[in-house]
Amino acid sequence: MKDFLNSWGISLMVFLPLVGALAMLVVPKAKEQFHKVVALAASLVVGFIGILLMTNFDYDASGSLQFVIDKAWIPIINSRYIVGIDGISLPMIALTLLIVPLCIIYSWNRFPEPKNPKAFLILILILETGMLGTFVSQDLILFFVFFEVVLLPMYFMIGVWGGEKRQYASLKFFLYTLFGSALMIVAFLALYFLSDPIEVGGQLMHSFDMRILPELATGISTGAALWIFGGMFMGFGIKVPMFPFHTWLPDAHTQAPTVGSVILAAVLLKLGTYGFIRIAIPILPSAAEKWAPFIGLLAVIGIIYGALCCLAQSDMKRLIAFSSVSHMGFVMLGIATLTTFGFQAAIFGMVAHGLITGLLFFVAGSTKDRYHTLDISRLGGMLKSMPHMGWILGFSVMASLGLPGLAGFWGEFPAILSAYNPGLGLNVAFFRVLMVIAAVGTVLAASYLLWMYQRVGFGVPTKEYEDDPHLHDVTFTEWLAWTPILVLIVVLGFMPNIIFKVTDGAVERTIAIVNGLGG
Amino acid sequence: MLAQLLTFAWNAPSIDYHALAPEIIVAVTIVVLILLDAFTGERSRWASSSVAGIGLLVALIPIATLAYDGVNRVMFGGGFVVDNYALILQALFLVAGYIVILLSTNYIAEGDYHEGEYYTLLLSSILGMMVMASARDLISIFIALELVSIPAYMLAAWRKRDQKSNEAGLKYYLMGVFASAILLYGMSLIFGITGSTLLVDIGAELGSYVSSQPIITLGIAFVLIGFAFKVSAVPFHQWAPDTYEGAPTPVTSFLAVASKAAGFVAILNVLFIGFYERHDVWEPLMWVLAALSMTVGNLIALRQTNVVRMLAYSGIAQAGYILAPLAVAGATLGTGSEALRSIVVYLLIYAGMNLGAFAVVLAVARKTRSGDIKSFGGLFSYAPALTVCMTIFLFSLAGIPPAAGWFAKLSIFSSLASAGSASGYVLAVIVGLNSVIAFGYYGRLIRVMWMDEAPDGDRTPIKVPASLSFALIITVAVTLVWGVFPGALTHFTDQVNLFSLLR
Repeated sequence: MKDFLNSWGISLMVFLPLVGALAMLVVPKAKEQFHKVVALAASLVVGFIGILLMTNFDYDASGSLQFVIDKAWIPIINSRYIVGIDGISLPMIALTLLIVPLCIIYSWNRFPEPKNPKAFLILILILETGMLGTFVSQDLILFFVFFEVVLLPMYFMIGVWGGEKRQYASLKFFLYTLFGSALMIVAFLALYFLSDPIEVGGQLMHSFDMRILPELATGISTGAALWIFGGMFMGFGIKVPMFPFHTWLPDAHTQAPTVGSVILAAVLLKLGTYGFIRIAIPILPSAAEKWAPFIGLLAVIGIIYGALCCLAQSDMKRLIAFSSVSHMGFVMLGIATLTTFGFQAAIFGMVAHGLITGLLFFVAGSTKDRYHTLDISRLGGMLKSMPHMGWILGFSVMASLGLPGLAGFWGEFPAILSAYNPGLGLNVAFFRVLMVIAAVGTVLAASYLLWMYQRVGFGVPTKEYEDDPHLHDVTFTEWLAWTPILVLIVVLGFMPNIIFKVTDGAVERTIAIVNGLGG
Repeated sequence: MLAQLLTFAWNAPSIDYHALAPEIIVAVTIVVLILLDAFTGERSRWASSSVAGIGLLVALIPIATLAYDGVNRVMFGGGFVVDNYALILQALFLVAGYIVILLSTNYIAEGDYHEGEYYTLLLSSILGMMVMASARDLISIFIALELVSIPAYMLAAWRKRDQKSNEAGLKYYLMGVFASAILLYGMSLIFGITGSTLLVDIGAELGSYVSSQPIITLGIAFVLIGFAFKVSAVPFHQWAPDTYEGAPTPVTSFLAVASKAAGFVAILNVLFIGFYERHDVWEPLMWVLAALSMTVGNLIALRQTNVVRMLAYSGIAQAGYILAPLAVAGATLGTGSEALRSIVVYLLIYAGMNLGAFAVVLAVARKTRSGDIKSFGGLFSYAPALTVCMTIFLFSLAGIPPAAGWFAKLSIFSSLASAGSASGYVLAVIVGLNSVIAFGYYGRLIRVMWMDEAPDGDRTPIKVPASLSFALIITVAVTLVWGVFPGALTHFTDQVNLFSLLR
């Protein structure tokens, strides 16, 4: 078993969704039931392989890559098919494996216009391959390919199944990310050529191998490293999204179909933060140190700006989208401190934000299905008309604003705290100022979320929806899709160690690299 | 003097028939086509496309044996060389030519055009390209170029009752002749300085002139500008959109892919063998041409409403990407080889994806009879397979994995970065920004196909003839396989080298 997982596990997990998609491709689209079953089965089997991998994962050695596969891919540039899982990628993979089947279950009998479950589900499966591939890649070119593959299905999902202004939103999403990744690939190549070559088969060659690049990149001059980091910053920062580049996010989220928003919030945004933790910072620690105050500043601006924008929103989905900007700011602040504590908080924050914001978007989607609007001023009295759904919304609002005992707390609070004592030679006073401002952000978060919840949940239903027969409470498929998330939010809230223990070793190792080679 | 000339004339060169076999096969096929057309009459005109296609495929056999043999064969005093570089490009021209024949079959037969002549001219042009790949002498390069171009002038004007097609042919002809004149003038200057037409000798001679001589600069610039017309680099591109729009679409695909590739091959030959030492002259020229071509091409493409014109401008932009590595190719021999390989990779992938895109345009135009981008509306609802194919080609052109275009672009980036100079990085960033602009119009076409309604609600399915389907299968397979396993491509392009002749 272990041997099999070692040599095939990850490849199987990453590419099985594609096999499912291929099977669906040859069956006519009229057989909707077939497509739904195949898609769900594929995602569940993938999840099962993932669970096998996780149970066989050696948690005591979470700092080292496991189940590594290393095969030749593009020999001429010495780019290899290297995949592996360690403590940093494991939580991200688990999150992806969980969210995808839930999305398929959620959309079971409510595919957005223009229906066509076949195409919709094929896109979700391709998306899953792209996301998992990004999290397991240990080669920069391989990473880049998966990073880009994710764009395509999302583009179509927003553009075809989205809301009124879907075409604008999908193109904006695509162009922004493409711009970032174009600069990112130039940065990767510069890194490739400027780092020290290694011997491959008796020949000196440069390498894209992320495992050894931190060591090989030590010889890069400070100026060049700053530029390279800048290129990566554009690629990852736009994806996160960081403050000045966030404008694609509200449009994409608002226009995307529910499932699209959920995947976007739960996993896609994490590709950016993951890139910082996995690639940009360990490989170029000295440049990261120079960039960190700037990143921290933008993160905090993002926190405050996102929160202020939330206060001005009248659309529930748009409000949640801006809250994403704010929450991802906390994650970036944690990363900018360059400390074990900050990284741990960031990774926890990524998982927590994925679960909570995912759930919020689910609820928003269901609200829209019933009310046919998300205009906060027209909603109201949800607790009266649909008590269960009202409670779930309340629960996710509490989780999102960082209530202790729920998962959101462990993402935000340590991130803020980590700024008290930033790593390396970072300016302590500056980061403490950032910390204080970020703390103010949590208050703002509480105010906009509670304000939204009051308007939507409390009171009595408006005249318009007084006796609306469409207002039925949570359905079976919704329970099925939401229960795992609800449970996890509580469990992680009480036992954050589940994640901290997994990430600990890997983060320690990353920070050791940063401290050992930087400064 | 006369005696000398006579003895030279009697000295028959030794001919390696194995090395010339691909060209000979194509030439024989041309003769067969003419005879077939002259003696069989109307009944068997359909045979000409099959004969032409089979001829091209047969010519691939000696290419395979030559490649397997792996020996560089030098003939005619060094003016004609068969090496890996020549072979891989000849294979490209043959396969691209074969796909163009597949695209033409129904179009030409149904349009009641002169089939025999059409395929004769097409194959003559392909023969010229094959010679171009091997030509290492200014004169043979010029002859090859004219053999490529003159049939193409006629092909562009093939729909002779259509004014636009006439305009296309005439414009192409006038511009082409003008370019040839400039090219010849440049060549004569180079010959005047170096006293040789052989590229190897020119390379050695030019290298020995240490100081920058205005005549050399002028000669190199004129030669390159002559070729810049051929590859439609900005600011020598004005003929391309009109010619592409007016010419019959299969011919357009031929001009946009094969003929353009031949122009690049000519540039590579003269730059890497003849002018390499004078990179101080041509590097800045290439930098400017590349940056201008991609930026202007992409910006104008954004505003096009006709799909063929859009592809024409996209082709201009792509020409810019292909030229980009040349802007840094002189830094070291390593960078030079890297640049050469990346351009060959780009040409191969570009041929696959662009021919595929034209195949879809042809298939759709069979139903809509229009080249308007709007006519692609709702394609997904009545022709999902064609839509998926076109989407793959457009994503490939935009350079998004897993379609092959990403690797082509990566090679360009990689050779720009390998120079390690500021100008290389700046150009790489310009290429990156242009990829974003380019997605503006590729994405718009994708959007129209997937997200718009069919104009006038006509949703009758499209009947795709067998030859077009076959062309689509080839191009999609190539685009995807090379995208997922670039190793399958680099395995061949890895062997490409033009410097072996130098030293």
